[in-house]
Amino acid sequence: MENKNKVLLKVENVGFSINDKSLVKGVSFEVKQSEIVTLIGPNGSGKSTTAKIALGIYKNIDGKVKTYTDKIGYVPQKISIDWTLPIRVLDFMSLTENLTQDQINNALNLTGVEHLKDKSLSNLSGGEFQRVLIARAISKQPELLVLDEPVQGVDFKGEIALYELIKKITEKMKCGILLISHDLHVVMSATDFVICLNGHVCCSGTPQKVIKDNKYKELFGDRASNILSLYEHKHDHTHSQDGTIDRK
Amino acid sequence: MLDDFFIRALIAGIGIALITGPLGCFVIWRRLSFFAGTLAHSALLGVTMALVFELNIAFSVFLISAVLAIFLLQLQTKTNLPNDALLGLLAHSSLAIGLVIIGFLTTIRFDVMGLLFGDILAVNQNDLLLIWGSGIFILIILKFIWKPLFASTINYDLAKAEGMKPDRYNAIFTILMAAIIAISIKLVGLLLITGMLIIPAALARNISNNPIQMVFLSTIGGLLSILIGLFSSLEFNTASGPSIITAALILFCFSLIKFKKYSELKK
Repeated sequence: MENKNKVLLKVENVGFSINDKSLVKGVSFEVKQSEIVTLIGPNGSGKSTTAKIALGIYKNIDGKVKTYTDKIGYVPQKISIDWTLPIRVLDFMSLTENLTQDQINNALNLTGVEHLKDKSLSNLSGGEFQRVLIARAISKQPELLVLDEPVQGVDFKGEIALYELIKKITEKMKCGILLISHDLHVVMSATDFVICLNGHVCCSGTPQKVIKDNKYKELFGDRASNILSLYEHKHDHTHSQDGTIDRK
Repeated sequence: MLDDFFIRALIAGIGIALITGPLGCFVIWRRLSFFAGTLAHSALLGVTMALVFELNIAFSVFLISAVLAIFLLQLQTKTNLPNDALLGLLAHSSLAIGLVIIGFLTTIRFDVMGLLFGDILAVNQNDLLLIWGSGIFILIILKFIWKPLFASTINYDLAKAEGMKPDRYNAIFTILMAAIIAISIKLVGLLLITGMLIIPAALARNISNNPIQMVFLSTIGGLLSILIGLFSSLEFNTASGPSIITAALILFCFSLIKFKKYSELKK
């Protein structure tokens, strides 16, 4: 089934260097509709750089990037809003796309921050700001979502809820997602394809395949390999709010 | 009864304030105050070029400012020196070159004071046409590119990733900056045009909570500065350009007081 889906992004053997220092090289992958592709790797391994290459942010890159959609939503890793620029959540939402009030409300509602609509962006906490960033990216109903550590600074409960939301969005809106995450639990359980980076592609494939790869173990340590089994164990049921078990 | 020259000054000033209001907001948002100053300094070189080659002053100033802006972009890619150092380098060297060239022009009498501080009372009908004609043009362009320009101001990467073409709109904005400086140099002079760009926008920031409101208040602030400045220069017989900027400063101080009260109320 997956093969029939439209390819949204194709990255072929790309690399980028600044002042002759290579940040990342030889990376190739595809993102298809209804698919979550994840980039993992230690700090400084070129994850964000790869995402930015894929988005066409850098000039003078090596290799080729092809994008087959122009409806792209991006949650950057870092964004700072200067105090000199007065901007409310509401204004920020329609930054790159004209949205109706309903679209804005819906998106903010999905990430649980509808009550912050009229607040100034510079007054939000880190977690609130991330939720707004995600809401903005999904509000324009993109075909391709690029999320660079989208849940940084979000509380534990919110983190899980947001990842579930991201998963739901892929299914509902049939969009493809390129995700950068440090949360190996989530990566290994909820994504379709994993690319393990360390300046180059160390290993890639389905989570089940990557987790058994020796290079993955070298990079993240032995404990990282147990993640999948841990997760698979709790995969057969969910807990409702009062703690009772819902069998799937 | 107001004299003709004063009415022309008012019309010219209002035109300038309508453009500097919105543009000034972007100057503040993008931290370009020093860039505006650099462009203004280079205007001296533009004026001397106009005298040497017998060009229209506004056109020559616009050309030099635009060249300088492009040169700055080139410099940024060639060296890691911080922006403020590069701007200082360009501002003072273009000012110096302008003054050196003036030294060679022994046959032309040159009113440096008029250039530095402008003479809004000497505005003629052609100037009015230039200001309002290009002013309306600038505002229409700004309205047209507002969304991508604003998105690029918030975050370059985000704008670029979502297809807003920030490079193109940053370049257009730079050209608009060169244009506003070129057309207003005769009115407020090169030392004060930066003031007209920055002070109304700064006072607007103190009392606004969203971008559109800030643009609106910045324009109102600029208009009030022009009106108060011109009428008081008539009343007290002071230089008109500096009076306008002083009026803007006083308005800015008022915006501070109001801001404090507002935040106290919130507490």
